[in-house]
Amino acid sequence: MSEPVIIFDNVSKSYPLYHHITGGIKNFLLHLPKAVSSIKNSRFEALCNISFEVYKGETLGIIGRNGAGKSTTLGLIAGVLKPNKGRIIVKGRISPLLELGGGFHPELTGRENIMLNGVLLGLTRAGVKKKMNMIIEFSEIGDFVDQPIRTYSSGMLARLGFSVVSSLDPEILLIDEILAVGDMEFQKKCLDKMMGFKKSGVTMVFVSHSMEDVKMICDRAMWIENHSIRMAGTPKDVVLNYSG
Amino acid sequence: MNSRIQHYIDLIIVLTQKEMKVRYKSSFFGYLWSIGHPLAFAFVFFIAFKIVMKIQMEAYALFLIAGLFPWQWFSNSINVSPMVFLGNASLIKKVNFPRNIIPFTIVLQDMIHFILSIPVIVLFLFIYHKSPSFSWLYGIPLLLIIQLLMTYGFSLMVSSVNLFFRDLERLTNIFTTLFFYFTPIIYPETMIPEKYKSFINLNPLSPLMISWRSLFLNGTLEPIPLVISFTYGVVAFMFGYLIYKRLSWRFAEVL
Repeated sequence: MSEPVIIFDNVSKSYPLYHHITGGIKNFLLHLPKAVSSIKNSRFEALCNISFEVYKGETLGIIGRNGAGKSTTLGLIAGVLKPNKGRIIVKGRISPLLELGGGFHPELTGRENIMLNGVLLGLTRAGVKKKMNMIIEFSEIGDFVDQPIRTYSSGMLARLGFSVVSSLDPEILLIDEILAVGDMEFQKKCLDKMMGFKKSGVTMVFVSHSMEDVKMICDRAMWIENHSIRMAGTPKDVVLNYSG
Repeated sequence: MNSRIQHYIDLIIVLTQKEMKVRYKSSFFGYLWSIGHPLAFAFVFFIAFKIVMKIQMEAYALFLIAGLFPWQWFSNSINVSPMVFLGNASLIKKVNFPRNIIPFTIVLQDMIHFILSIPVIVLFLFIYHKSPSFSWLYGIPLLLIIQLLMTYGFSLMVSSVNLFFRDLERLTNIFTTLFFYFTPIIYPETMIPEKYKSFINLNPLSPLMISWRSLFLNGTLEPIPLVISFTYGVVAFMFGYLIYKRLSWRFAEVL
């Protein structure tokens, strides 16, 4: 393995619990000292002293129960969240795979959304225009591409989203639970595309609940439980322990 | 570095196009609404003040329109500001792009609608036997920049703070309405009672709206309101940007 492109060094992340104020002004003022101290002290620990590295060209799978801190980890890699403690180093262009329809606007057509999404994910307008036909072809949505996407089925939305990402030229790809949608055939196409990315040396971080996918795609797996790393190793071992 | 600026520009273009397209996508009259709205307001005020209360002013309809159109730009932008980050939560939580571009495109989009409505002002000038003047050539761009700065500054403040203090959403609407009546738009500044006149420049919108109107109606730009509104514009922008900078790294946490 070559150099690490993602480094987490003793990273902790906690969120303040803002909902304490939403009890309303009356509650807040009646219990002022208590309320203030509860705002100061109540934090939700999402990740606690996590250290790991992802090497160039590697595919890391992250598994764990809901709320374990998987999405927080992706957010930290993407740079939209900042750690409270520790150091994160990420080298390279990051492409996040948006959740179903995230960043799409329902009133715009498929074509207009491809442009919007492509530029948001880091391409230039000229770049998207050049790749437009390729993207439409990959998505297999045909004539629907000129319809507003509010008329699309969820499977079609997923196709459109993945097609935009598949046209990117990422160095690091973040995938959060995306392959669960779409029909079998398209899922296979996505997997093929990801294998293609892998072959061309793209580093991938893959969050999934599908143990089959993790075993098939990933080089290494990491199990996060109770906000810290429970286990890391070969996908087979980790999945075995996690499921058993 | 260059490609980065190119990408910023592309982001602004794409997001502005999106706002323009989305705004009137499923309405039949489309762009006409951005004129229809302030015109309807002008009509209401015309009936209330000219016909019922008999304000002593000539060409009151023209006067109203020259003030209402630029005001509409400001208030439209500010009133949607509380929602701009909330409405793009899924993007902000996943993609690391400069978030201040979103409110900027909102303000830009309303500015374009305002520019597109200037021909209506010209039409009204002709109805009242006046005509546009050459000073518009430099006056309009100048005031556009000042209002863009000021509106963007306020929009950044409102959109950022609202993520942490959601009550701002309700307050914003109240404040834009209050300021509409505090600003000499439906009345000329000369009608303000002597003892309140000194307060007029405490309202950042007043010198700007006065400048717009005198430019549209008489083709003149008074230096004092121009300088004051420019100063307000720069201050609002800097203050807004500062607040945004302080808060933006926590956006993804609270959304």
